[in-house]
Amino acid sequence: MSEPILTAKNLKRHYEVKGGFMKPNAIVRALDGASFSLTPGKTLAVVGESGSGKSTLARVVTMIESPTEGELTIGGRQIGPNGAAGDRDLRAMVQIVFQDPYGSLNPRQTIGQTLMEPLLLNRPDVSAQEREKRAREMLTMVGLRPEHFDRYPHMFSGGQRQRVAVARALMLEPKILVLDEPVSALDLSIQSQVLNLLMDLQERMDLAYLFISHDLSVVRHIADEVLVLYLGQPVEIGPKEVLFEEPRHPYTKALLSATPVADPLMRKERIKLTGELPSPMNKPDGCSFNPRCWRKLDICTSVEPELQGQGHCFACHNPVPEDETAAA
Amino acid sequence: MALLEIRNLSVEFATHSGKFRAVDGVDVTVDEGELLAIVGESGSGKSVSMLALMGLLPWTATVTADKLEFDGHDLRKISARARRRIIGKDISMIFQEPISSLNPAFTIGWQIKESLRKHTNMSRSQRQDRAVELMRQVGIPAPEKRLQAYPHQLSGGMSQRAMIAMALANKPKLLIADEPTTALDVTIQAQILELLTDLQKNSGMALVLITHDMGVVAETVQRVQVQYAGQRVELQEVDGLFENPHHPYTAALLAALPERATEKRLPTIPGVVPGQFDRPQGCLFSPRCSFADARCIAERPTPAGHDLGYALCHYPLIDGQPTGKENAA
Repeated sequence: MSEPILTAKNLKRHYEVKGGFMKPNAIVRALDGASFSLTPGKTLAVVGESGSGKSTLARVVTMIESPTEGELTIGGRQIGPNGAAGDRDLRAMVQIVFQDPYGSLNPRQTIGQTLMEPLLLNRPDVSAQEREKRAREMLTMVGLRPEHFDRYPHMFSGGQRQRVAVARALMLEPKILVLDEPVSALDLSIQSQVLNLLMDLQERMDLAYLFISHDLSVVRHIADEVLVLYLGQPVEIGPKEVLFEEPRHPYTKALLSATPVADPLMRKERIKLTGELPSPMNKPDGCSFNPRCWRKLDICTSVEPELQGQGHCFACHNPVPEDETAAA
Repeated sequence: MALLEIRNLSVEFATHSGKFRAVDGVDVTVDEGELLAIVGESGSGKSVSMLALMGLLPWTATVTADKLEFDGHDLRKISARARRRIIGKDISMIFQEPISSLNPAFTIGWQIKESLRKHTNMSRSQRQDRAVELMRQVGIPAPEKRLQAYPHQLSGGMSQRAMIAMALANKPKLLIADEPTTALDVTIQAQILELLTDLQKNSGMALVLITHDMGVVAETVQRVQVQYAGQRVELQEVDGLFENPHHPYTAALLAALPERATEKRLPTIPGVVPGQFDRPQGCLFSPRCSFADARCIAERPTPAGHDLGYALCHYPLIDGQPTGKENAA
């Protein structure tokens, strides 16, 4: 196995919210202690409900925001408190593709301009001819036709726009691609085309993917490793096969059982989670999942569980027993 | 007798660049107490056909149908006033975005009681009692308190529950749920779907579930209608549809699901749904269909029989193989 290109240790991102007159400021712990690593050619998927800190994680990894605490090392270089400010090479190593291909492309720029802009800004030594040549090559690489070069985004369908967004992200030859829900805005028949493209590109360019999604069937297909977040904290991390077959954390198990399966003959037992995600501003004491957990013990309301295990880690005082998971 | 019967419904929108046919000869039948799903991608006309039934389309739309009957009323002929007496009472609808379907300027309680005020002659205190009962029925804790809350004070799941409470206020015979869980998380989605199916089972209300999620379809409904580019391409029982789809589009759509994939590379459907200017002459799916031949490109197919899931195809599939090709050649 090759060396990790990115390692994160105990990454935290907190936001301060004004409390108002005579009230203390509150702290939103959007991301609270995530540790993981990315390896070239491999995909780490991050799953969780809305508000679990998935997108905050994406923003920290892409250095749009700097972490409040914790260590982030990219390509052997530690990221300081100023993030990647003033360091264009570092920035170029991590690129991002957003969820909504309608909002993430400039409607006034042609596809060609969109693709050439990263080079124009970050590689001033590349000549105009060379820029255009590279942009045209990239266009064919993501499965678009050369005549699309001079067209505007409104002339494209959602799937094609997402291809453009991927092409733009790849223009600076990054090592890491952060994919923030890249297919959830697309129709099913288009979704599979984009997923295939992403898998092809990963193989060809040896990219490390951080794949953020709430769709577990997509994650199951594309991921190598899966990280489950709940209220900004990782509750379980492990290789895909293990995590899907033998989830140990009650939340992972509930999440898996809540996902509808496209097979009417398979009627499965569903774990009902009551209630919703609590506010990250006032987290429950102890394990943050305890108010919704059906395996709750006394200790869960007072002591915060630590992530433990090797390879397959989970943070729980009373994990789902192994023999029980196999039956699910 | 069918509760809702729609025959050959078409909806055309007048646009700057000419007419656009969003719904093209769709039939829908719903029996009392039944659970039907309408599945399709964006642009398949699944929402528009139901909005046409509700009379909620803008003036640019032209609705035509051979039959548009609900519970003995011919909805093509009745006046707007008479329609309003049915809509919101016997038929009600919930939408995808609970946050944007609620009025931010009024409390949840006011909005639930509004439909009771319009359609019944309950007194103020009866309305309050009914509203509390409804809130309890859809599983909102502390209903008396929540009735006074404004929509922004509720989470997505809670607002969707409030929308359902509102739709149920007058004990409708038919509830149309247009992508009710798309904007919600999976754990909340499971709660809402269970709530809807329980209501359908226990109250004898018919439920039409519009969705694009095949997983949701497989787990909740009995009968499935698949739509493509404004046409109904297949209608089957749910088990049969997943086991043995008869229309090539349904088959391709199911094959594209990541969880059904056998290899790393997913099977895809090439091309995109036809738009306003590139509608094919013959079968609308022919440019993307792997079984299409000259006849498919030239001629519009007619629906097959009940055994073949009313597949709108010249060569309906049986066990993944097209049939009837020999006869044509």
